[in-house]
Amino acid sequence: MLEVKGIYKSFGEASVLKGIDATFEPGKTSLIIGQSGSGKTVFLKTLLGLHIPDKGTISYNGQTTESMTIEEKRQLKQDLGMVFQGSALFDSLTVEENVMFPLKMFTNQSKSEMLDRVDFVLKRVNLKDSNHKFPAELSGGMQKRVAIARAIVTNPRYLFCDEPNSGLDPRTSIVIDNLIQEITDEYQITTVINTHDMNSVMEIGEKIIFLKDGLKEWEGTSNDIFKTDNEAVVSFVYSSNLFKKVRKVYLEE
Amino acid sequence: MNYIKSIGAYVIMLKSVFKKPQKRKIFWEAVFREIDDLGVKSIGIVAFISFFIGGVVAIQTALNLEDPIIPKDLIGFATKRSMILEFSSTFVMVILAGKVGSYITSSIGTMRVTEQIDALEVMGINSLNYLVLPKILATVFFYPFLVLLAMFLGILGGWIAGIATDLFKPGDYIAGIQLDFEPYLVAYSLIKSVVFAFLIATIPSYFGYYVKGGSLEVGRASTKAVVWTIVVIIFSNYFLTQMLLS
Repeated sequence: MLEVKGIYKSFGEASVLKGIDATFEPGKTSLIIGQSGSGKTVFLKTLLGLHIPDKGTISYNGQTTESMTIEEKRQLKQDLGMVFQGSALFDSLTVEENVMFPLKMFTNQSKSEMLDRVDFVLKRVNLKDSNHKFPAELSGGMQKRVAIARAIVTNPRYLFCDEPNSGLDPRTSIVIDNLIQEITDEYQITTVINTHDMNSVMEIGEKIIFLKDGLKEWEGTSNDIFKTDNEAVVSFVYSSNLFKKVRKVYLEE
Repeated sequence: MNYIKSIGAYVIMLKSVFKKPQKRKIFWEAVFREIDDLGVKSIGIVAFISFFIGGVVAIQTALNLEDPIIPKDLIGFATKRSMILEFSSTFVMVILAGKVGSYITSSIGTMRVTEQIDALEVMGINSLNYLVLPKILATVFFYPFLVLLAMFLGILGGWIAGIATDLFKPGDYIAGIQLDFEPYLVAYSLIKSVVFAFLIATIPSYFGYYVKGGSLEVGRASTKAVVWTIVVIIFSNYFLTQMLLS
């Protein structure tokens, strides 16, 4: 369980997060949506400890990050997996080395044990025959799969994804969405995803948080989002004619 | 004001760099990889430049010694002194600041803008320690060998130039390089090279690590890093020379 209370974050004069409260449950895929500049990425990076909040608390399993010792924080980091917007794979390492990297850093497994685990997670993300390729030799969708494999290789309890579908075609986006949801269910991970992709919102949004100007404007499920009359959510989610029609059909039914 | 801020940030960066590595085996693998990237791959350019500069110094000295009273062994002596005192340490290091400095800034800067450094931090890895400390060890331990190589090849280049141009006798040149040999001058040069190697590893790392923006900013940071590394090397050279030779 991940709980956030009254998070504020500013960069100089610019106030980006203005008091966000949220709870993310294990085994659920939670989506954070909002326009560009609404504070989604800063929020996610604050949850991960890449930004220190000016005010507010972040609790992992009931313990606030402020009250954790250095060792507890180090331990927590190993429970976090992150899929970055641009995949953030290490250019100089092969697919296999990228996925093996957290194992080499944080476990005392033998090389054969690590290779077995790497093979297992690469198969889990449906990536075959790419172990010895470098990231530059892979398509965007394959890079995302490697990033997911690297994020889950140490069996994290929390998975964060920043725009996992950006730059992918609709079909590959659905494959990536389904993969994240399957992994979340299978390992009972607490998954938090930043996205602009309305397909993801409809398909895998077990919980949706809409951010506007650094504040939580709305919270609900993918079913609720069809019924909401919150103007900001409606104008953001149903900005395309296709989704307007989808909503109309849903409400008529 | 910005300069003071940058110096402060640089010192704070060094504080994070000098921490115990998280995994010793991975750390030493990184050190050897950096020795290859930053040191071994620079041998060619250092050897090429040193050899020919040694030749040029010997030829220019020979051409400027028209007075028959001045002994010809001065050519070898001047070439040896130039190579040992300044060329092998200061100028080779300035050349390496350009070659290696831009590589360090662009590689770390690219990692920053593509969120690879964030990925390391999320995993709980001290990214400064992981990325910069192996570079410091690689340069500080390997560059003195490059300096010794530059000294040897520069002096050899002068001797070959004498044979090729017939401007001076090889025997006079050999006598010149044996004249008034002071081992302390070699030590002085090596001490300087250690300091400069540290600067070459850390200043470009600072510019790369704190870059913000995209590829254009990485390019600008590389240029700034090379300029500042050279400026600091030249300043340090002045103060080190005062301290070690006066």
